[in-house]
Amino acid sequence: MRFQQIDQFAAELKADTRAAVYDGSKKGHEKRTKLLFDEYADPDRLRRIAGEVKQHVVENLDTYLPQVEAKLKANGVIVHWAATAEAANQAVLGIMRARGATKMVKAKTMVSEETELAHFLEKHGIEALETDLGEFIVQIDGDHPSHIVKPIIHKNRREIATSFEENGLGAYNDDPQTITRRARHFLRHKYLEADVGLTGANFVSAESGRLVLVTNEGNSRFCLAATKCHIAMVGIEKIVPRDYDLALFLNLLARSGTAQELTVYTEFISGPKSPTQPDGPEEMHVIFVDNGRTEVLASDCRDILRCIRCGACLNVCPVYRQASGHAYRSVYPGPVGAVLSPLMMGDKFPQKADLPKASSLCGACHEVCPVNIPIPDLLLRLRNRAKEENVPSPGTPPMGAWALLASQPTAWRASLFGGKIINYLPTKLLPIPALRAWEAKRSLPAWRGGEFRKWLKTRKGRANVSPPAPSRAEAKKAD
Amino acid sequence: MLNTERKPITGKRVQLMATCLCDAFYDDVAAATVQVLEYLGVEVVFPEGQTCCGQPAFNGGDWAASRKVVRHTVKTFAGEEPVVVPSGSCAAMMFHGTVLEFENEADLGEVEALGRRTWELGDFLVNGLGVKTWPGRFEATVAFHRSCHSRGTNSSSAASTLLGSVAGLKIVEFGEGEQCCGFGGTFSVSFPNISASMGALKLDHIRAVKPDVLVSGDMSCMMHLGGLAKEEGKPIKTLHLAQVLREALKNGKLL
Ligand code: SF4
Repeated sequence: MRFQQIDQFAAELKADTRAAVYDGSKKGHEKRTKLLFDEYADPDRLRRIAGEVKQHVVENLDTYLPQVEAKLKANGVIVHWAATAEAANQAVLGIMRARGATKMVKAKTMVSEETELAHFLEKHGIEALETDLGEFIVQIDGDHPSHIVKPIIHKNRREIATSFEENGLGAYNDDPQTITRRARHFLRHKYLEADVGLTGANFVSAESGRLVLVTNEGNSRFCLAATKCHIAMVGIEKIVPRDYDLALFLNLLARSGTAQELTVYTEFISGPKSPTQPDGPEEMHVIFVDNGRTEVLASDCRDILRCIRCGACLNVCPVYRQASGHAYRSVYPGPVGAVLSPLMMGDKFPQKADLPKASSLCGACHEVCPVNIPIPDLLLRLRNRAKEENVPSPGTPPMGAWALLASQPTAWRASLFGGKIINYLPTKLLPIPALRAWEAKRSLPAWRGGEFRKWLKTRKGRANVSPPAPSRAEAKKAD
Repeated sequence: MLNTERKPITGKRVQLMATCLCDAFYDDVAAATVQVLEYLGVEVVFPEGQTCCGQPAFNGGDWAASRKVVRHTVKTFAGEEPVVVPSGSCAAMMFHGTVLEFENEADLGEVEALGRRTWELGDFLVNGLGVKTWPGRFEATVAFHRSCHSRGTNSSSAASTLLGSVAGLKIVEFGEGEQCCGFGGTFSVSFPNISASMGALKLDHIRAVKPDVLVSGDMSCMMHLGGLAKEEGKPIKTLHLAQVLREALKNGKLL
C-alpha cells in the first residue's frame, strides 16, 4: 500500500461530512476556550492538578480497586470483574438471563462501544436500545459514532431526517426540534417497557463508592427511573480518590467537553434501594472492565489512562477536523484514540500502528487536555515502537542513510554541495518518494547548500568557525 | 510539560546552531541570525561539524537513528556557551525531544545539559539577553505565525515583543492562529493530503488580513506555506524573524 490509510480516507471524504466535522469541532473548541479563560485566572493550573490526581490513581489502581469494591459492596452493589470485552458482555447477559429480562435501555457509554454490547445482546435475542439521541441515530442507521462526545458530528440534519423516515419515525422533516420530539416520543414507551437500565460512569469515588454520571438529555435518569435493575459498565481507570475531587473534575469535564459550566444532569448514585435510601433500583451491578487497560498500564504510555473522555483533543485537532472520526477505524478516534486504540489492540498493535503517525505533532491536544496528557510524547513513543517491531509505514522516508550522513560532518558537507543537483532536475521525475510527495502539493525552494558556510568564511570581519569536531571513531564509540 | 528550564546567561559568546534547513535552503536566515547577534555585541561561533538536530528521525519514529545524530550534535556543541538556534522546532528538539528519546540511555545527562543551554533565537534575545525593544525601522504589515513547537515556551511572546517594538511595523492577527500549518516533518510527505489541506486553511486566514509579509521563527512552516502558495500560483512573501530584525537595522542605518 502506497498511502497512509488515514490520509487516503481524508482525501476521499465527502465535502459535506468534512464540513460538518470541521464546523462542529471548531465551534466546540472555541466555546471551550472562551469559557475556561473567561472564568478562571489560570485554567492551566487546574489541568495540571487534575492530571496529577488521575496519574496518582492510575499508578495506584492496585490499592484503589479493592477499596472501591469494598465500598460498593457495603452500599449493596454487586461487583463484577471483566478482563475482556467478551467477559463484560457475558456478565451483562448473565444478569439479564437471571432476571428473565429481554429489554434493556442504554445510556451512552464508551466502554459498551468497546465491547459492542448492543450487537452482542441483540444476537442473543435481547433488545438493547440506545437512548442518547446521537447514539440512537447511529443505532437506527447501523452506523458508528465518530466522536466520543458527539457521536453524530459527521451527520447533517438532512441525513438524520432521511433515516428517521426510513425507520418509520414519521415523514421527512429536518427540523431539529421535530426530530428530537419524535425520538423522545418513541423512547418514552421503551423506558417503560424495559426491565434493565445500563449506564457507564464518568467517575467513581473510592472514598464513598459513589458513581457519577453526567448527561445533557437526562436520558440516563429515564433509564434508571422505571427499570428495576441498574447495570453500570465502568472502565477500571474511572476512579477518583475522594468525593471532594469531583468538584474539580466535573468543572473541567463539562467545560472541556461541551463548553458548559456544568452538564444539565449530574447524577450521584450510591447504590440500590435500601431501608435508608428509598429511591433507586432493586438491584444494582457494577462491572469493572479491563479490556486491555492493564496492558496500557504496563506500557510507557500509561498516562493516557488519565483520560476523562471529554473530547476536547478531538475538537482542537487539525487532523481530526480534516479526516473525521471514522478515518481512525476505532471506537476512540482523534488524538486520544491515536494513542489508546493501538495500545488496546494488544498483540495486534501493528494493525493500528499507523494511527500515531496521523499527527503533525502540533501539541494542541496537550494544550487543551483537562488532565494534561502529553499526547504528542505518547504518539512519538508509539511511532518508535512501530519501528522497533518493524511495522511497515507507507510514505515515511527511511532514516538510516540520513542518520549516517548527519553523524559524519565531512559527508554532510559534501552532500550539501551535491544537493545542488535538484536545482537543475525536474524533481517530479526523481525517484525519491518523499520529494515527490512534497512536490505534488508544494514547490521546493532553491537549493543553497553550503552557501551560509561560504558566507561565514568569506565575509568581512572575523570568521568564527571552530575546528571540525569529533572524529568518526569517537562518534562510533558513543553509539 | 516541556523541559524549558534554562541556565542563566553569562558572558557574550554563543554557539550558533544554524539548522539543516538553513544549511541547505535558507542561508540568509542563518546569516541574519549572525548579524543580529553581532549587532548586540555577541560573539558568534559556528561549530563546523554540525549537521542536524536529529528531529527528522525522532518524529519519523526511528529513535535509534535519531540518537546517533543527537550524540554527534552533543559532541559538536561541546562547551559551556549558550547554543542559539533560529528555529523553535530544533530548539524544542534539543530541550524536550532528545530527553524523551534518551530517557533510558546512559548519556541522558549530557543530552539534558545541552538542552538546558539551547535557546530559540527570539527567546534568547528577549529572555536571555533582556532585549525588550528593537531599533531601526521596518515599514510593513506583518502576520506572525506562531509555530507549534513554541507552544509551552516563551518564543512566541518574545517574537511578538520584538516585532511589536520595531518602528513602522504593524502586526495583524489572523483567524485560528493557534492551529498548525500542516508541516509536521515527515507528516508532510506521509500525509500529503491532510498536510496540504491544513496549509490551505492557514493561507486562507492569512490572506484574509492582507499582510505585506508572513513572519515566523521557523523556516519549516515557511517552507511549507510558501511552497503551497507558490504551487497555487498565488505566492506570498515570507521572512524569518531574524531577517526582519536585520532589515530593521539596515533601514535604520545601524548595520
Ligand atoms: S485525552 Fe484529554 S482531551 Fe482527549 S478526551 Fe481524554 S481527557 Fe479529553
